[in-house]
Amino acid sequence: MTELSHIRNFSIVAHIDHGKSTLADRLIQETGTVQDRDMKEQLLDAMDIERERGITIKANTVRLDYKADDGETYILNLIDTPGHVDFAYEVSRSMRAVEGSLLVVDSTQGVEAQTLANVYQAIDADHDIVPVFNKIDLPASDVSRVAEQVEDVIGIDASGAIAVSAKTGQGIHEVLESIVAHLPAPKGERDAPLKAMLVDSWYDAYLGVIVLVRIMDGVLKKGERIKMMSNGSVHHVDRIGVFRPQMQPVDELGPGEIGFLTASIKQVRDTRVGDTITHEKKGCETPLPGFKPAQPVVFCGLFPVDSAEFEDLRDAIEKLALNDASFSYEMETSAALGFGFRCGFLGLLHLEVIRDRIEREYNIELITTAPSVVYHIYMKDGTMQELHNPADMPDLTYVDHLEEPRIKATILVPDEYLGDVLKLCQDRRGLQEDLSYAGPRAMVVYDLPLNEVVFDFYDRLKSVTKGYASFDYQMMGYRQDNLVKMQILVNDEPVDALSVMVHRDRAELRGRAMVEKLKDLIPRHMFKIPIQAAIGGKVIARETLSALRKDVTAKCYGGDATRKRKLLEKQKAGKKKMRQFGKVEIPQEAFISALKMDS
Amino acid sequence: MPAVSAEDWRNGGFGLYVHWPFCQAKCPYCDFNSHVSREIDQTAWVRDYLSELRRTAAETPGRVLNAIFFGGGTPSLMAPETVAAVIDAARSHWPFANDIEITLEANPGSVEAGRFAGYRDAGVNRISMGVQALNDADLRRLGRIHTVAEARAAFDIARACFDRVSFDLIYARQEQNLADWQAELRQALSMAVDHLSLYQLTIEQGTAFGDRYNAGKLRGLPDDDLAADMYFATQEICEAAGLPAYEVSNHARPGAESRHNLIYWHYGDYIGIGPGAHGRISIAGQRFATECHRAPGLWTQAVAVGSGESVRTVLSPQDQANEYLMMGMRLKEGLDMGRFAALYGAPLPAERMDYLSDLGMIEVDGNRLMVTEDGWPILNAIIRELLAG
Ligand SMILES: Nc1nc2c(ncn2[C@@H]2O[C@H](COP(=O)(O)OP(=O)(O)O)[C@@H](O)[C@H]2O)c(=O)[nH]1
Ligand SMILES: C[S@@+](CC[C@H](N)C(=O)[O-])C[C@H]1O[C@@H](n2cnc3c(N)ncnc32)[C@H](O)[C@@H]1O
Ligand code: SF4
Repeated sequence: MTELSHIRNFSIVAHIDHGKSTLADRLIQETGTVQDRDMKEQLLDAMDIERERGITIKANTVRLDYKADDGETYILNLIDTPGHVDFAYEVSRSMRAVEGSLLVVDSTQGVEAQTLANVYQAIDADHDIVPVFNKIDLPASDVSRVAEQVEDVIGIDASGAIAVSAKTGQGIHEVLESIVAHLPAPKGERDAPLKAMLVDSWYDAYLGVIVLVRIMDGVLKKGERIKMMSNGSVHHVDRIGVFRPQMQPVDELGPGEIGFLTASIKQVRDTRVGDTITHEKKGCETPLPGFKPAQPVVFCGLFPVDSAEFEDLRDAIEKLALNDASFSYEMETSAALGFGFRCGFLGLLHLEVIRDRIEREYNIELITTAPSVVYHIYMKDGTMQELHNPADMPDLTYVDHLEEPRIKATILVPDEYLGDVLKLCQDRRGLQEDLSYAGPRAMVVYDLPLNEVVFDFYDRLKSVTKGYASFDYQMMGYRQDNLVKMQILVNDEPVDALSVMVHRDRAELRGRAMVEKLKDLIPRHMFKIPIQAAIGGKVIARETLSALRKDVTAKCYGGDATRKRKLLEKQKAGKKKMRQFGKVEIPQEAFISALKMDS
Repeated sequence: MPAVSAEDWRNGGFGLYVHWPFCQAKCPYCDFNSHVSREIDQTAWVRDYLSELRRTAAETPGRVLNAIFFGGGTPSLMAPETVAAVIDAARSHWPFANDIEITLEANPGSVEAGRFAGYRDAGVNRISMGVQALNDADLRRLGRIHTVAEARAAFDIARACFDRVSFDLIYARQEQNLADWQAELRQALSMAVDHLSLYQLTIEQGTAFGDRYNAGKLRGLPDDDLAADMYFATQEICEAAGLPAYEVSNHARPGAESRHNLIYWHYGDYIGIGPGAHGRISIAGQRFATECHRAPGLWTQAVAVGSGESVRTVLSPQDQANEYLMMGMRLKEGLDMGRFAALYGAPLPAERMDYLSDLGMIEVDGNRLMVTEDGWPILNAIIRELLAG
C-alpha cells in the first residue's frame, strides 16, 4: 500500500492526432515500466479497429512507478480516455476517477473542438490541469501562440505549460516532474468502509469480466466478498492487480489507488459503470454520486444479407453486447429484409465500429438501414412513447406532437470557410448560439437537431472545409418540432427500411435527394421503375428509373464460353445479395447511401 | 426424346478450331490472343499443329468433322502450305463430312489477298474478312492498317476465289450516330454475299481502348439508348435486305449460316489447337473444357514435350446446362428446353420463365425457348434470370 501523498492519478485530454497515445508511450518508457524492446507503438491502443482508425475506444489504464527528482518514488496512474465524441460519456466517467489532467495540444495546430469538449469535462470533474504543448520538434510549432489560445479560448493559466516532443522525448522528464508537483494527491480514509468506483469493465475470454476500480476509501483484498451497491449482487473477488500495462497481481488496493479485480462475473452487463463497490459485510452507507447509464442515441436495423445467417448474427450481437454495455439490441422483423436486429448506439462511429466488427470478426455481411435518432411521441391520451424506428410510427390521428433530440455543436473553423459552415448549419435547421474568434479561426456554436447531424454532417463539414474544421457536440435534450415520417415507394410499394423522419419544411428537399440517389443506386431492370417519396400517402418527389436498354455480349464464340459463363454466374450471385422488394432488387448499400445529402 | 448427357455433343456436331496468334499490328480494341512478331517459322508451326492434331485425334477417334475454322490473330498471314498441311492432317485423322465448312479469317490487306487462291487450293471454302468500317477516318480510329479501298479490293478477290465470303463490321463506334450507321450498313449490304457479322464495339479490359476508357478519355461512345436503337435498326435493315439475324451479331441468307460457329451455339464438341485455343470435348461420359498455353513461345515448348494443353476441367451438369443456355439463347431458333433439362437434371425455372414472358422478353414454342425482339439487346439480363444454380 502506498501513502496517498505518493500517488498521482491523471488522464490525458487531447484532440485526435495531437499525440496523446505517443505521449503515453513515452511516459511508460521514461519510467521504465516497459522495457524498450517490448515497446510496441502506442501500447494503450490494443484493438485492431482502434489502431486502424487511430482512435481509442475503450478506456485503458497503466500504473507507472516514478522516482522523482526529490528522491521519492511516486505511483502515477494514467487513465487513457476515448477521444471521440460518441464516447463522451466514457470520458466523463473516467474523469471522475482521477484528480488531474494533462491537456495535450499539438503546437503546430492549436486548440481544436475536441480539445475544448474534453477539457471542459476535465474542468467539470474539478481537475487540476497541466498544459502540454506537443510536437515542438516540428518547424511549424508555435508554442506561444498555442499558450495564448489556451488562455483566451479555454481560460486556463498556461504559465506552467510544458513544451515537449513526444516523438523525440524532449520535455518528458519535465512532464513527470510537473505531474508530481502540480497535480493533487488523492484523498481517502484507509480505515473507513470500502468505497470504490467502478470505472470501466470489459470481457476477457480467460478471466471473465475485468473490472477497473478506483478505491476511494478502505482497502480491497483478494478473497473478499464484494457488493455492487446498485443491485446488491455479491461476488467473490478472485484476483486483484494493477496494469503495468500488462496485468500484475497485488495483495491489496488501498485508498487513492487504481487497479482491477475479477470475480467470476460472466457479463459486462452485470457491472454497471459508475456503480459503487463495497464489502458485503460492514460496507459503506452511501454510494458515490451515481453516473448515468449510457443511453443509445442512434438506432438502426442490422440484417444479414444472407437470411440463413440470422442465428449467426444473433450470436455475434450477443457476444459483442457482453463487452459493450452501451450497445443495445432487440429483434426486428421487416417485411422486406426479414429477421434482424434494431440496435442502439452512442453515435455513428460507435455504430460503424460495431458493424465492422460483426462483418470482420464474425464474417457476416450486413444490410444496415437508415440510422434514426430517438423521437418522443406525445399521444393525444397524454402518454409518451419513444420511437426508435420510423417504421413503427403510430397512426397520426392518435398523435398530439413529436419531440426530437437536439445537440449543442461546437465547430472551430478557419475564417475562409466560415460562410460554408454557417450555411451547412442553417441548412440542417441549426440555430446559431455563438460566434467568436480564437485567433485566426472562428468558433461557432449551434443548436442543431441530432437527426440532421447523425448521418453525414461530419462528412459534409469535412468536405466544405477541406478537413480544416473541428467538431464536437453534446446532447441538449428534446424539443418539439414539425416532424413527419417520409416513406419511399419503389415501383409503387413502400420500402419500410427506407422510411425516415424529416422536418416538414425539409421534406421536399430530402425526398427529392433520396429519390434521385436511389435512381442511381438501383440497377436498371427490364421494366421502368417509379421511385417516389411520400408523406402520408401524398407523393412529394418522384423519379423514374428507365428500363434496361442494353446488356448483351456482342461476340461469343468457343473461346469465350468459360469466361462469359463465369461472369454471368458471378453477376447472378451478386443479384442474390440484393433484396427483393416486389419485383425490384435493391442493392444492400442503397439503404445507407440513399440518405447521403450532397449539400 | 432428350439426348443422353454423354452424347449430348451430337446435338451440335464436331469442329476443329485452329488459332494463329500473329498480326501485323495490334488493334487498340482487340483482346484476342494476338501478337506482333517479325520472324515466323512456318515449318515449325506446321510441326506443332500436326503434333497437336495427333494428340487430340487420339482422344476422338472416328468422329465426323463438320467444320474447321482458322481464327486469330490474322490467319491470312499463314502460308497457304501451312494451311494445306493442317487440313490434310485433319483429313487423315477424322472422316470429313461431305459438306465440311473450312473457314479462314482474313484481314483485308493487299498482301493477304494474294494468298486467297492458295487457300482455296489448300481446301478452304469460306473466308471471313475483317473489314470493320466503311470509312477511312473510322478505320484509322480503330487502329486498322488498311483503307476502305484496299478492303473492297481484297473483298473482290475473295469473292472471285470463294463462293462463301463473309465480312465483319464494328459499329456503335465513337462519334457514330444512328443515321451514319444506317447509311454505312446499307452500303455494306450492297457488298454482302450471303453472310455478315455486325458487332457493337465492346470496350475490353486490358486493351488500349480499355485503358483510355478507364481514364475517361474515350469520348463519343454511344450511350445504351443509342446503342439499343442502333441494334434495332440493324435488325430491321438486314431483315429487309434478306439477311436476317440468326444469332445476336450474325446475319445470313437462310442456309448460309456459319456451320462452325453454329457448333458453338448448338453446344457441340470442338477441338481447339494453337496458342490460347479453347475446346470442349466429351470423352467417356464426361465433358471437358480445354485450354492451351496462351504465349506462343510457351505453347511451342509445351507441344515439344507432348501437349500444348494447359487446362482441362470437367464440366459439371450445371456448368454444361449454363453453357448451353448462354450459347443457345443467342440463336434466333432458341434452345431446346428438354435438352437443358437433360443436361442439368431439372427444368428451367418456371417462375422465372413466367416473369420473363410476362415482360415480353421470351417466348415458348413447343419445346423451344426463344428471346423476343425486345429481349435481344438485354440478353445477358435474361440469361442471368434463367441460369441454373
Ligand atoms: N513530429 C512529431 N510527431 C508526433 C509527436 N507526437 C505524436 N506525433 C505523431 O502524431 C500522430 C498522432 O499521434 P497519436 O499519439 O496517435 O495521437 P492521438 O490521436 O492523440 O493518440 C502520429 O503520427 C505520431 O507519430 C511529436 O512530438 N512530434
Ligand atoms: C478474331 S477477330 C479477328 C479477325 C481479323 N484479325 C481482323 O481483325 O480482321 C474477329 C472479329 O471480332 C471483332 N472484334 C474484335 N474485337 C472487338 C471488340 N472489342 N468489339 C467488337 N468487335 C470486336 C472484329 O470485327 C473482328 O473482325
Ligand atoms: S482485330 Fe484482328 S488484326 Fe486487330 S489485333 Fe485483333 S486479331 Fe489482330
